[in-house]
Amino acid sequence: MADLGFTVDDKVDITDVVCPVTFVKTKVALEELDDGQILQVHLNGGEPVQNVPRSVKDEGHKILKLIENDDETYELFVQKVGD
Amino acid sequence: MATDYATLKKGGFMRQKQKDNFSLRLAVVGGTLTAENLKKIAEVAEKYGDGHVHLTSRQGVEIPFIKLNDIDEVKDSLAEGGCKPGVCGPRVRTVTACQGSEICPSGNINTYDIALKLNDRYFGRELPHKFKFGVTGCQNNCLKAEENDVGIKGAIKMKWEAGNCINCGLCAKVCREGAITIEDGQVNVDFDKCNYCGRCVKSCPTDAWEQQPAYWVSFGGTFGNSISKGTELLPLITDEDQLFRVTDAAINFFEENAKQGERFKFTIDRVGVERLKEVLEAAYKG
Repeated sequence: MADLGFTVDDKVDITDVVCPVTFVKTKVALEELDDGQILQVHLNGGEPVQNVPRSVKDEGHKILKLIENDDETYELFVQKVGD
Repeated sequence: MATDYATLKKGGFMRQKQKDNFSLRLAVVGGTLTAENLKKIAEVAEKYGDGHVHLTSRQGVEIPFIKLNDIDEVKDSLAEGGCKPGVCGPRVRTVTACQGSEICPSGNINTYDIALKLNDRYFGRELPHKFKFGVTGCQNNCLKAEENDVGIKGAIKMKWEAGNCINCGLCAKVCREGAITIEDGQVNVDFDKCNYCGRCVKSCPTDAWEQQPAYWVSFGGTFGNSISKGTELLPLITDEDQLFRVTDAAINFFEENAKQGERFKFTIDRVGVERLKEVLEAAYKG
């Protein structure tokens, strides 16, 4: 992958689950991190990509980047805000 | 003394098949009842009814099997729990609403607040026929705005803000009208295609949109013996005063032009949609 300009601290794959577990799995992964650390989320297009980034933002975390892959999946990069 | 059914009906007492039994309709705004209301409703249904309530098709509550002789007592008892009788007959009915932007992630407007304001303004107003308002928060249209004589649907008027944008491209992806294109990091909205559904704003992970609540309003819906979907006759409404000017104009037009027993849709057809449009456009402009 091209240089992102930041370092990923942890990764989670949510392509194997459906709403609302997509968000729950992301939230649990974020809980493991410290303030300022970065989580990479591998997610499906369609409903997950329309809702997960927004829900993560609504929880107060910072969305850094969203990259579309060739297979209709996405990589979402989230910086944890708060402990 | 003969029973005054017209007055009883006005007060929400619907005559049942069973002699001297009434189904009492309660006033409910936007499908919202407090726990206190519900406790009192349960108590009244057990004490004066047969222990069940009916949820109506328009978010109301009816308590059946209320006896004619108990009506005053029932009204007093309900009042203690903050409940009032609803209305039936030729007047402004229950204002219905979905949960709207205060609860629902998809909601564009505060539907309950709008429903309360419509209710304060018009509830029970005497008219040539029944008149229904419904308020739905977004284009998912859970509340079916177009079924109503006047239906209000939440929208969002928005403007892209470059500062917060991370160029993820989601807004263009979620747009169902193909109105958004992204070129060299610039998000362009084709407002000829945009229907202000707000999906771009809602999906944005970085709040890169300036937004304000807005309203589409439809007129002349009816879903009883005749079925007809309300039609939008105005451009997007962008503030609340403008919205209420328009609803005032619509209801006044109905009051002035309708024949007794004629629904709004048929008044519009008979008098001419162009005449209604003139009145609405004048109200829209203020």
